[in-house]
Amino acid sequence: MMKILTSTAALLLFLAIWQILCSGDKPSLPPPLRVIWDTRVLILDPFFNHGGTDKGLFWHILASLQRVIVGFSLAAIVGVAVGVLIGTSRFIYDALDPLFQVLRTVPPLAWLPISLAVFRNNEPSAIFVIFITAIWPIVINTAVGVQQIPQDYKNVAKVLKLSRWEYVTNVLLPATVPYVFTGLRIGIGLSWLAIVAAEMLIGGVGIGFFIWDAWNSSLMSEIILALVYVGIVGLLLDKLVAFAGKLCVPGGQDL
Amino acid sequence: MTTFLDIDHVSKIFPLAAGGRYIALHDVSLQIHQGEFVSLIGHSGCGKSTLLNMVAGLDLPTEGRVTLEEQEIRRPGPDRMVVFQNYSLLPWKTVRQNITLAIDSALKHLPRGERRSIAEHHIDLVSLRAAADKYPAQLSGGMKQRVAIARALALRPKVLLLDEPFGALDALTRGNLQEQLMQICQENHVTCLMVTHDVDEALLLSDRVVMLTNGPSAEIGQILDVPIPRPRHRLDVVNHPSYYTLRNQIIAFLDQQKRSKQLKRQTVAAA
Repeated sequence: MMKILTSTAALLLFLAIWQILCSGDKPSLPPPLRVIWDTRVLILDPFFNHGGTDKGLFWHILASLQRVIVGFSLAAIVGVAVGVLIGTSRFIYDALDPLFQVLRTVPPLAWLPISLAVFRNNEPSAIFVIFITAIWPIVINTAVGVQQIPQDYKNVAKVLKLSRWEYVTNVLLPATVPYVFTGLRIGIGLSWLAIVAAEMLIGGVGIGFFIWDAWNSSLMSEIILALVYVGIVGLLLDKLVAFAGKLCVPGGQDL
Repeated sequence: MTTFLDIDHVSKIFPLAAGGRYIALHDVSLQIHQGEFVSLIGHSGCGKSTLLNMVAGLDLPTEGRVTLEEQEIRRPGPDRMVVFQNYSLLPWKTVRQNITLAIDSALKHLPRGERRSIAEHHIDLVSLRAAADKYPAQLSGGMKQRVAIARALALRPKVLLLDEPFGALDALTRGNLQEQLMQICQENHVTCLMVTHDVDEALLLSDRVVMLTNGPSAEIGQILDVPIPRPRHRLDVVNHPSYYTLRNQIIAFLDQQKRSKQLKRQTVAAA
Protein backbone atom coordinates (compact mmCIF):
# COMPACT_ATOMS: atom_id res chain seq x y z
CA MET A 1 0.00 0.00 0.00
CA MET A 2 2.79 2.35 0.99
CA LYS A 3 4.57 1.38 -2.22
CA ILE A 4 1.59 2.45 -4.34
CA LEU A 5 1.42 5.79 -2.55
CA THR A 6 5.10 6.56 -3.04
CA SER A 7 5.12 5.55 -6.70
CA THR A 8 1.96 7.57 -7.39
CA ALA A 9 3.52 10.56 -5.69
CA ALA A 10 6.66 10.17 -7.78
CA LEU A 11 4.61 9.95 -10.97
CA LEU A 12 2.62 13.08 -10.11
CA LEU A 13 5.83 14.93 -9.28
CA PHE A 14 7.30 13.89 -12.63
CA LEU A 15 4.21 15.09 -14.51
CA ALA A 16 4.22 18.35 -12.58
CA ILE A 17 7.86 19.07 -13.42
CA TRP A 18 7.18 18.20 -17.05
CA GLN A 19 4.15 20.48 -17.07
CA ILE A 20 6.21 23.37 -15.66
CA LEU A 21 9.23 22.87 -17.93
CA CYS A 22 7.14 22.66 -21.11
CA SER A 23 4.62 25.37 -20.41
CA GLY A 24 6.58 28.25 -22.00
CA ASP A 25 5.83 29.73 -25.40
CA LYS A 26 6.21 27.16 -28.21
CA PRO A 27 7.86 24.35 -26.23
CA SER A 28 9.56 21.53 -28.19
CA LEU A 29 7.41 18.99 -26.30
CA PRO A 30 3.78 19.48 -25.33
CA PRO A 31 3.13 19.40 -21.55
CA PRO A 32 0.98 16.51 -20.17
CA LEU A 33 -2.30 18.44 -19.95
CA ARG A 34 -1.83 19.57 -23.56
CA VAL A 35 -1.20 15.94 -24.59
CA ILE A 36 -4.47 14.82 -23.01
CA TRP A 37 -6.39 17.69 -24.63
CA ASP A 38 -4.86 17.08 -28.08
CA THR A 39 -5.49 13.36 -28.01
CA ARG A 40 -8.91 13.35 -26.31
CA VAL A 41 -10.52 11.86 -29.40
CA LEU A 42 -8.04 8.97 -29.49
CA ILE A 43 -8.33 8.36 -25.76
CA LEU A 44 -12.13 8.44 -25.67
CA ASP A 45 -12.69 6.34 -28.77
CA PRO A 46 -9.94 3.80 -29.31
CA PHE A 47 -12.24 1.62 -31.42
CA PHE A 48 -13.04 3.82 -34.43
CA ASN A 49 -12.24 2.39 -37.82
CA HIS A 50 -12.25 4.66 -40.85
CA GLY A 51 -10.59 2.10 -43.10
CA GLY A 52 -6.98 1.80 -44.20
CA THR A 53 -4.59 2.87 -41.47
CA ASP A 54 -7.02 5.41 -40.05
CA LYS A 55 -8.04 3.38 -37.03
CA GLY A 56 -8.29 3.77 -33.27
CA LEU A 57 -5.35 2.91 -31.07
CA PHE A 58 -7.01 -0.33 -30.01
CA TRP A 59 -6.74 -1.68 -33.58
CA HIS A 60 -3.15 -0.57 -33.94
CA ILE A 61 -2.13 -2.21 -30.70
CA LEU A 62 -4.13 -5.32 -31.56
CA ALA A 63 -2.34 -5.62 -34.92
CA SER A 64 1.04 -5.30 -33.21
CA LEU A 65 0.05 -7.82 -30.55
CA GLN A 66 -1.03 -10.32 -33.18
CA ARG A 67 2.37 -10.13 -34.86
CA VAL A 68 4.11 -10.49 -31.51
CA ILE A 69 1.96 -13.45 -30.47
CA VAL A 70 2.61 -15.35 -33.70
CA GLY A 71 6.34 -14.60 -33.76
CA PHE A 72 6.80 -15.15 -30.06
CA SER A 73 4.84 -18.43 -30.02
CA LEU A 74 6.98 -19.79 -32.83
CA ALA A 75 10.10 -18.65 -30.99
CA ALA A 76 8.88 -20.32 -27.78
CA ILE A 77 8.22 -23.67 -29.48
CA VAL A 78 11.42 -23.75 -31.52
CA GLY A 79 13.46 -22.15 -28.74
CA VAL A 80 12.49 -24.66 -26.05
CA ALA A 81 13.03 -27.59 -28.41
CA VAL A 82 16.46 -26.36 -29.52
CA GLY A 83 17.32 -25.42 -25.93
CA VAL A 84 16.52 -28.91 -24.65
CA LEU A 85 18.53 -30.41 -27.51
CA ILE A 86 21.69 -28.37 -26.95
CA GLY A 87 21.26 -28.62 -23.18
CA THR A 88 21.21 -32.42 -23.27
CA SER A 89 24.14 -32.87 -25.62
CA ARG A 90 27.47 -31.33 -24.73
CA PHE A 91 28.60 -32.01 -28.28
CA ILE A 92 25.78 -30.06 -29.96
CA TYR A 93 26.15 -27.32 -27.35
CA ASP A 94 29.84 -26.88 -28.08
CA ALA A 95 29.11 -26.86 -31.79
CA LEU A 96 26.30 -24.30 -31.76
CA ASP A 97 26.95 -22.07 -28.76
CA PRO A 98 29.52 -19.78 -30.44
CA LEU A 99 27.16 -19.28 -33.37
CA PHE A 100 24.27 -18.43 -31.04
CA GLN A 101 26.42 -16.04 -29.04
CA VAL A 102 27.18 -14.09 -32.22
CA LEU A 103 23.65 -14.19 -33.64
CA ARG A 104 21.97 -13.09 -30.42
CA THR A 105 23.89 -9.81 -30.42
CA VAL A 106 22.55 -8.86 -33.86
CA PRO A 107 20.05 -6.00 -33.33
CA PRO A 108 16.48 -6.98 -34.27
CA LEU A 109 16.13 -4.44 -37.06
CA ALA A 110 19.28 -5.67 -38.77
CA TRP A 111 17.33 -8.83 -39.58
CA LEU A 112 14.61 -6.91 -41.38
CA PRO A 113 16.34 -6.40 -44.77
CA ILE A 114 17.29 -10.08 -44.88
CA SER A 115 13.81 -11.25 -44.01
CA LEU A 116 12.29 -8.84 -46.52
CA ALA A 117 14.62 -10.27 -49.15
CA VAL A 118 13.62 -13.82 -48.24
CA PHE A 119 9.88 -13.40 -47.70
CA ARG A 120 9.25 -10.51 -50.15
CA ASN A 121 6.29 -9.56 -48.00
CA ASN A 122 5.95 -7.22 -45.02
CA GLU A 123 3.84 -9.35 -42.73
CA PRO A 124 5.97 -12.52 -42.53
CA SER A 125 9.07 -10.34 -42.38
CA ALA A 126 7.83 -8.54 -39.28
CA ILE A 127 6.91 -11.86 -37.69
CA PHE A 128 10.33 -13.26 -38.54
CA VAL A 129 12.00 -10.29 -36.87
CA ILE A 130 9.99 -11.02 -33.69
CA PHE A 131 10.85 -14.69 -33.92
CA ILE A 132 14.58 -14.17 -34.36
CA THR A 133 14.67 -11.55 -31.60
CA ALA A 134 12.81 -13.61 -29.01
CA ILE A 135 14.38 -16.97 -29.70
CA TRP A 136 17.91 -16.46 -28.32
CA PRO A 137 17.10 -15.84 -24.68
CA ILE A 138 14.64 -18.76 -24.81
CA VAL A 139 17.20 -21.13 -26.34
CA ILE A 140 20.00 -20.08 -24.03
CA ASN A 141 17.96 -20.13 -20.82
CA THR A 142 16.38 -23.48 -21.64
CA ALA A 143 19.80 -24.97 -22.38
CA VAL A 144 21.18 -23.65 -19.10
CA GLY A 145 18.14 -25.04 -17.28
CA VAL A 146 18.72 -28.50 -18.74
CA GLN A 147 22.43 -28.34 -17.89
CA GLN A 148 21.66 -27.22 -14.34
CA ILE A 149 19.48 -30.22 -13.46
CA PRO A 150 20.97 -31.32 -10.13
CA GLN A 151 22.99 -34.52 -10.18
CA ASP A 152 20.74 -35.80 -7.37
CA TYR A 153 17.71 -35.90 -9.62
CA LYS A 154 19.70 -37.61 -12.35
CA ASN A 155 20.90 -40.18 -9.81
CA VAL A 156 17.34 -40.85 -8.69
CA ALA A 157 16.33 -41.31 -12.32
CA LYS A 158 19.22 -43.73 -12.85
CA VAL A 159 18.51 -45.79 -9.75
CA LEU A 160 14.82 -45.97 -10.65
CA LYS A 161 15.79 -46.82 -14.23
CA LEU A 162 13.38 -44.26 -15.63
CA SER A 163 12.86 -44.63 -19.36
CA ARG A 164 13.91 -41.76 -21.62
CA TRP A 165 10.31 -40.53 -21.82
CA GLU A 166 9.68 -40.90 -18.08
CA TYR A 167 12.87 -38.92 -17.45
CA VAL A 168 11.85 -36.11 -19.79
CA THR A 169 8.35 -35.72 -18.38
CA ASN A 170 9.08 -36.33 -14.70
CA VAL A 171 12.51 -34.76 -14.28
CA LEU A 172 13.86 -32.81 -17.24
CA LEU A 173 10.88 -30.64 -18.13
CA PRO A 174 9.73 -29.75 -14.60
CA ALA A 175 13.31 -28.99 -13.56
CA THR A 176 13.74 -26.72 -16.57
CA VAL A 177 10.43 -24.85 -16.43
CA PRO A 178 11.67 -21.96 -14.23
CA TYR A 179 14.58 -21.35 -16.61
CA VAL A 180 12.30 -21.55 -19.65
CA PHE A 181 10.07 -18.87 -18.19
CA THR A 182 13.02 -16.62 -17.47
CA GLY A 183 13.85 -16.93 -21.16
CA LEU A 184 10.25 -16.37 -22.20
CA ARG A 185 10.01 -13.20 -20.11
CA ILE A 186 13.14 -11.73 -21.64
CA GLY A 187 11.89 -12.88 -25.05
CA ILE A 188 8.47 -11.24 -24.81
CA GLY A 189 10.07 -7.97 -23.70
CA LEU A 190 12.47 -8.00 -26.64
CA SER A 191 9.63 -8.90 -29.03
CA TRP A 192 7.63 -5.88 -28.00
CA LEU A 193 10.70 -3.66 -28.36
CA ALA A 194 11.33 -5.04 -31.81
CA ILE A 195 7.80 -4.88 -33.21
CA VAL A 196 7.45 -1.15 -32.60
CA ALA A 197 10.72 -0.53 -34.45
CA ALA A 198 9.95 -2.96 -37.25
CA GLU A 199 6.50 -1.49 -37.88
CA MET A 200 8.00 1.96 -38.30
CA LEU A 201 9.81 0.57 -41.32
CA ILE A 202 7.25 -1.79 -42.81
CA GLY A 203 4.12 0.37 -42.37
CA GLY A 204 0.56 -0.97 -42.33
CA VAL A 205 -1.61 -1.07 -39.25
CA GLY A 206 0.34 -1.27 -36.01
CA ILE A 207 1.38 0.89 -33.11
CA GLY A 208 4.89 1.37 -34.53
CA PHE A 209 3.48 2.67 -37.77
CA PHE A 210 1.07 4.88 -35.84
CA ILE A 211 4.00 6.53 -34.07
CA TRP A 212 5.91 7.04 -37.29
CA ASP A 213 2.84 8.40 -39.02
CA ALA A 214 2.24 10.83 -36.16
CA TRP A 215 5.84 12.00 -36.40
CA ASN A 216 5.48 12.65 -40.11
CA SER A 217 2.40 14.76 -39.33
CA SER A 218 4.22 16.45 -36.42
CA LEU A 219 1.55 15.28 -33.96
CA MET A 220 3.77 15.14 -30.88
CA SER A 221 0.88 14.61 -28.49
CA GLU A 222 -0.23 11.48 -30.34
CA ILE A 223 3.32 10.10 -30.19
CA ILE A 224 3.44 10.63 -26.45
CA LEU A 225 0.07 8.97 -25.96
CA ALA A 226 1.18 6.01 -28.08
CA LEU A 227 4.38 5.69 -26.04
CA VAL A 228 2.35 5.49 -22.85
CA TYR A 229 0.23 2.73 -24.38
CA VAL A 230 3.29 0.88 -25.65
CA GLY A 231 4.78 0.99 -22.16
CA ILE A 232 1.62 -0.25 -20.50
CA VAL A 233 1.12 -3.09 -22.99
CA GLY A 234 4.79 -4.10 -22.61
CA LEU A 235 4.36 -4.22 -18.86
CA LEU A 236 1.18 -6.28 -19.15
CA LEU A 237 2.88 -8.75 -21.52
CA ASP A 238 5.71 -9.20 -19.04
CA LYS A 239 3.28 -9.72 -16.15
CA LEU A 240 1.24 -12.15 -18.23
CA VAL A 241 4.24 -14.36 -18.97
CA ALA A 242 5.34 -14.16 -15.34
CA PHE A 243 1.84 -15.18 -14.26
CA ALA A 244 1.78 -18.09 -16.73
CA GLY A 245 5.14 -19.09 -15.29
CA LYS A 246 3.73 -19.16 -11.77
CA LEU A 247 0.92 -21.42 -12.95
CA CYS A 248 3.30 -23.74 -14.79
CA VAL A 249 5.96 -24.06 -12.13
CA PRO A 250 4.69 -26.82 -9.91
CA GLY A 251 5.26 -27.59 -6.27
CA GLY A 252 6.53 -24.48 -4.57
CA GLN A 253 9.57 -23.93 -6.74
CA ASP A 254 10.74 -20.37 -7.12
CA LEU A 255 10.60 -18.74 -10.49
CA MET B 1 24.98 -67.98 5.85
CA THR B 2 25.97 -67.48 2.26
CA THR B 3 27.40 -64.30 0.85
CA PHE B 4 24.70 -62.04 -0.50
CA LEU B 5 26.51 -58.87 -1.42
CA ASP B 6 30.16 -59.37 -2.27
CA ILE B 7 32.60 -56.49 -2.61
CA ASP B 8 35.53 -58.34 -4.08
CA HIS B 9 39.01 -56.70 -4.14
CA VAL B 10 37.61 -53.41 -5.28
CA SER B 11 39.83 -50.42 -6.08
CA LYS B 12 38.70 -47.06 -7.37
CA ILE B 13 41.08 -44.76 -9.18
CA PHE B 14 40.04 -41.35 -10.46
CA PRO B 15 42.03 -39.72 -13.26
CA LEU B 16 42.98 -36.17 -12.29
CA ALA B 17 42.39 -33.17 -14.51
CA ALA B 18 46.07 -32.24 -14.31
CA GLY B 19 47.05 -35.75 -15.42
CA GLY B 20 48.05 -38.36 -12.89
CA ARG B 21 45.53 -40.25 -10.82
CA TYR B 22 43.98 -40.34 -7.41
CA ILE B 23 43.59 -43.71 -5.75
CA ALA B 24 40.43 -43.34 -3.68
CA LEU B 25 39.98 -46.94 -2.55
CA HIS B 26 42.56 -49.69 -2.56
CA ASP B 27 41.72 -53.37 -2.57
CA VAL B 28 38.58 -53.36 -0.45
CA SER B 29 36.86 -56.67 0.19
CA LEU B 30 33.69 -57.04 2.21
CA GLN B 31 30.98 -59.69 2.32
CA ILE B 32 27.52 -58.83 3.52
CA HIS B 33 24.89 -61.41 4.42
CA GLN B 34 21.21 -61.22 3.68
CA GLY B 35 19.36 -59.25 6.35
CA GLU B 36 22.55 -57.82 7.75
CA PHE B 37 22.96 -54.14 8.63
CA VAL B 38 26.48 -52.91 7.91
CA SER B 39 27.83 -49.40 8.49
CA LEU B 40 30.78 -47.79 6.78
CA ILE B 41 32.48 -45.27 9.01
CA GLY B 42 35.49 -43.07 8.42
CA HIS B 43 36.60 -39.47 8.12
CA SER B 44 35.23 -37.40 5.29
CA GLY B 45 36.99 -38.02 2.02
CA CYS B 46 37.89 -41.61 2.91
CA GLY B 47 35.90 -42.97 -0.01
CA LYS B 48 32.99 -44.46 1.90
CA SER B 49 30.45 -42.78 -0.37
CA THR B 50 32.44 -43.93 -3.39
CA LEU B 51 32.17 -47.48 -2.12
CA LEU B 52 28.42 -47.08 -1.61
CA ASN B 53 28.06 -45.64 -5.11
CA MET B 54 29.79 -48.67 -6.56
CA VAL B 55 27.30 -50.96 -4.85
CA ALA B 56 24.54 -48.71 -6.17
CA GLY B 57 26.05 -48.95 -9.65
CA LEU B 58 26.29 -45.18 -9.96
CA ASP B 59 30.05 -45.64 -10.11
CA LEU B 60 32.08 -48.58 -11.38
CA PRO B 61 35.14 -50.10 -9.69
CA THR B 62 38.43 -49.59 -11.51
CA GLU B 63 39.60 -53.00 -10.31
CA GLY B 64 37.74 -55.87 -8.71
CA ARG B 65 34.00 -56.29 -8.79
CA VAL B 66 30.84 -56.04 -6.75
CA THR B 67 28.30 -58.82 -7.00
CA LEU B 68 24.79 -59.14 -5.62
CA GLU B 69 23.50 -62.72 -5.54
CA GLU B 70 26.41 -63.59 -7.80
CA GLN B 71 25.34 -61.07 -10.43
CA GLU B 72 27.97 -58.46 -11.19
CA ILE B 73 26.78 -54.89 -10.59
CA ARG B 74 27.36 -52.75 -13.64
CA ARG B 75 24.58 -50.19 -13.54
CA PRO B 76 22.14 -48.66 -11.08
CA GLY B 77 18.85 -50.39 -10.45
CA PRO B 78 15.90 -50.27 -8.10
CA ASP B 79 17.00 -53.53 -6.41
CA ARG B 80 19.73 -51.39 -4.79
CA MET B 81 17.70 -48.35 -3.88
CA VAL B 82 19.60 -45.44 -2.40
CA VAL B 83 18.50 -43.06 0.34
CA PHE B 84 20.56 -39.98 -0.43
CA GLN B 85 21.81 -37.59 2.20
CA ASN B 86 19.99 -34.62 0.67
CA TYR B 87 16.76 -36.61 0.24
CA SER B 88 16.72 -36.18 -3.56
CA LEU B 89 12.98 -35.84 -3.72
CA LEU B 90 11.58 -34.25 -6.85
CA PRO B 91 10.35 -30.85 -5.62
CA TRP B 92 7.54 -30.62 -8.19
CA LYS B 93 5.94 -33.82 -6.96
CA THR B 94 3.99 -34.38 -3.77
CA VAL B 95 4.97 -36.99 -1.23
CA ARG B 96 2.57 -39.46 -2.81
CA GLN B 97 3.68 -38.63 -6.35
CA ASN B 98 7.34 -39.06 -5.44
CA ILE B 99 6.63 -42.49 -4.05
CA THR B 100 4.32 -43.59 -6.87
CA LEU B 101 6.79 -42.46 -9.54
CA ALA B 102 9.33 -44.84 -8.05
CA ILE B 103 6.84 -47.69 -7.73
CA ASP B 104 5.37 -47.15 -11.19
CA SER B 105 8.74 -47.24 -12.89
CA ALA B 106 10.42 -49.95 -10.82
CA LEU B 107 7.48 -52.31 -10.29
CA LYS B 108 5.87 -52.00 -13.73
CA HIS B 109 4.97 -55.67 -13.72
CA LEU B 110 2.49 -55.28 -10.85
CA PRO B 111 -1.14 -54.35 -11.54
CA ARG B 112 -2.07 -50.74 -10.99
CA GLY B 113 -4.21 -51.35 -7.93
CA GLU B 114 -1.43 -53.23 -6.19
CA ARG B 115 1.05 -50.44 -6.92
CA ARG B 116 -1.36 -47.93 -5.37
CA SER B 117 -1.78 -49.98 -2.23
CA ILE B 118 2.01 -50.39 -1.91
CA ALA B 119 2.32 -46.61 -2.07
CA GLU B 120 -0.36 -46.08 0.58
CA HIS B 121 1.12 -48.76 2.80
CA HIS B 122 4.53 -47.08 2.77
CA ILE B 123 3.09 -43.63 3.37
CA ASP B 124 1.58 -45.09 6.54
CA LEU B 125 4.78 -46.96 7.37
CA VAL B 126 6.64 -43.68 7.86
CA SER B 127 3.55 -41.95 9.35
CA LEU B 128 3.17 -39.39 6.58
CA ARG B 129 -0.55 -39.86 5.94
CA ALA B 130 -1.29 -36.24 6.84
CA ALA B 131 1.42 -34.91 4.55
CA ALA B 132 0.79 -37.22 1.58
CA ASP B 133 -0.36 -34.43 -0.73
CA LYS B 134 2.23 -31.88 0.32
CA TYR B 135 5.24 -30.84 -1.70
CA PRO B 136 8.76 -31.42 -0.33
CA ALA B 137 9.24 -27.67 0.18
CA GLN B 138 6.43 -27.77 2.74
CA LEU B 139 8.06 -30.56 4.78
CA SER B 140 10.71 -30.52 7.49
CA GLY B 141 14.05 -32.23 6.90
CA GLY B 142 13.02 -35.25 8.95
CA MET B 143 9.79 -35.67 7.01
CA LYS B 144 11.62 -35.40 3.70
CA GLN B 145 14.00 -38.12 4.75
CA ARG B 146 11.06 -40.30 5.79
CA VAL B 147 9.62 -39.85 2.30
CA ALA B 148 12.96 -40.88 0.83
CA ILE B 149 13.03 -43.95 3.08
CA ALA B 150 9.44 -44.84 2.21
CA ARG B 151 10.22 -44.43 -1.49
CA ALA B 152 13.23 -46.70 -1.15
CA LEU B 153 11.50 -49.39 0.91
CA ALA B 154 8.43 -49.41 -1.34
CA LEU B 155 10.56 -50.90 -4.11
CA ARG B 156 11.45 -53.90 -1.93
CA PRO B 157 15.12 -53.47 -2.73
CA LYS B 158 17.44 -56.41 -2.16
CA VAL B 159 19.84 -53.97 -0.54
CA LEU B 160 18.97 -50.61 0.95
CA LEU B 161 21.83 -48.15 0.57
CA LEU B 162 21.89 -45.21 2.94
CA ASP B 163 24.30 -42.35 2.34
CA GLU B 164 24.58 -40.43 5.62
CA PRO B 165 20.79 -40.50 5.77
CA PHE B 166 20.43 -38.55 8.99
CA GLY B 167 23.42 -36.25 8.63
CA ALA B 168 21.40 -33.12 7.96
CA LEU B 169 18.86 -33.62 10.73
CA ASP B 170 18.69 -32.26 14.26
CA ALA B 171 19.52 -34.68 17.09
CA LEU B 172 15.93 -35.28 18.21
CA THR B 173 14.57 -36.02 14.74
CA ARG B 174 17.61 -38.14 13.99
CA GLY B 175 17.01 -40.31 17.06
CA ASN B 176 13.37 -40.94 16.17
CA LEU B 177 14.13 -41.75 12.56
CA GLN B 178 16.94 -44.11 13.52
CA GLU B 179 14.56 -46.12 15.67
CA GLN B 180 11.91 -46.15 12.96
CA LEU B 181 14.40 -47.28 10.35
CA MET B 182 15.73 -49.97 12.66
CA GLN B 183 12.26 -51.29 13.33
CA ILE B 184 11.29 -51.34 9.66
CA CYS B 185 14.51 -53.08 8.64
CA GLN B 186 14.12 -55.62 11.41
CA GLU B 187 10.52 -56.45 10.54
CA ASN B 188 11.15 -56.70 6.82
CA HIS B 189 14.59 -58.32 6.97
CA VAL B 190 16.09 -55.60 4.82
CA THR B 191 19.78 -55.82 4.02
CA CYS B 192 21.35 -52.41 4.62
CA LEU B 193 24.62 -50.72 3.86
CA MET B 194 24.91 -47.33 5.50
CA VAL B 195 27.55 -44.64 5.25
CA THR B 196 27.86 -42.55 8.39
CA HIS B 197 30.33 -40.58 10.43
CA ASP B 198 28.29 -40.85 13.61
CA VAL B 199 29.71 -43.48 15.98
CA ASP B 200 26.55 -43.86 18.06
CA GLU B 201 24.38 -44.17 14.99
CA ALA B 202 26.64 -46.89 13.63
CA LEU B 203 26.50 -48.84 16.92
CA LEU B 204 22.77 -48.47 17.34
CA LEU B 205 21.85 -49.70 13.89
CA SER B 206 24.57 -52.07 12.76
CA ASP B 207 25.43 -55.70 13.06
CA ARG B 208 28.91 -54.83 11.87
CA VAL B 209 30.78 -51.55 11.68
CA VAL B 210 33.37 -51.33 8.92
CA MET B 211 36.04 -48.71 9.57
CA LEU B 212 37.85 -47.22 6.62
CA THR B 213 41.31 -45.67 6.81
CA ASN B 214 41.88 -42.19 5.48
CA GLY B 215 42.38 -41.68 1.77
CA PRO B 216 44.14 -41.63 -0.55
CA SER B 217 44.29 -45.40 -0.95
CA ALA B 218 41.65 -45.95 1.73
CA GLU B 219 41.29 -49.52 2.92
CA ILE B 220 39.25 -51.37 5.47
CA GLY B 221 41.10 -50.72 8.72
CA GLN B 222 39.04 -52.77 11.09
CA ILE B 223 35.68 -54.53 11.23
CA LEU B 224 33.77 -54.52 14.48
CA ASP B 225 30.95 -56.92 15.36
CA VAL B 226 28.20 -55.38 17.43
CA PRO B 227 26.93 -58.25 19.60
CA ILE B 228 24.00 -56.34 21.06
CA PRO B 229 20.82 -58.43 20.69
CA ARG B 230 17.84 -57.30 18.63
CA PRO B 231 15.27 -55.87 18.75
CA ARG B 232 17.27 -52.96 20.07
CA HIS B 233 16.19 -49.83 21.81
CA ARG B 234 18.36 -46.81 22.25
CA LEU B 235 18.53 -47.08 26.04
CA ASP B 236 19.23 -50.81 26.03
CA VAL B 237 22.02 -50.25 23.55
CA VAL B 238 23.60 -47.46 25.54
CA ASN B 239 23.35 -49.51 28.73
CA HIS B 240 24.69 -52.68 27.18
CA PRO B 241 27.91 -53.74 28.98
CA SER B 242 29.96 -53.83 25.77
CA TYR B 243 28.67 -50.49 24.41
CA TYR B 244 31.45 -48.27 25.73
CA THR B 245 34.19 -50.73 24.84
CA LEU B 246 32.88 -50.82 21.27
CA ARG B 247 32.43 -47.08 21.15
CA ASN B 248 35.94 -46.51 22.44
CA GLN B 249 37.36 -48.86 19.85
CA ILE B 250 35.77 -46.94 17.00
CA ILE B 251 36.75 -43.57 18.41
CA ALA B 252 40.30 -44.77 19.02
CA PHE B 253 40.47 -45.92 15.40
CA LEU B 254 39.14 -42.62 14.08
CA ASP B 255 41.51 -40.66 16.34
CA GLN B 256 44.43 -42.68 15.16
CA GLN B 257 43.42 -42.02 11.54
CA LYS B 258 43.24 -38.33 12.27
CA ARG B 259 46.67 -38.33 13.89
CA SER B 260 48.28 -40.23 11.04
CA LYS B 261 46.76 -37.72 8.62
CA GLN B 262 48.22 -34.83 10.59
CA LEU B 263 51.53 -36.62 10.80
CA LYS B 264 51.54 -37.12 7.02
CA ARG B 265 50.78 -33.46 6.52
CA GLN B 266 53.58 -32.40 8.86
CA THR B 267 56.04 -34.65 7.07
CA VAL B 268 55.03 -33.17 3.76
CA ALA B 269 55.35 -29.66 5.17
CA ALA B 270 58.80 -30.43 6.62
CA ALA B 271 59.97 -31.88 3.32
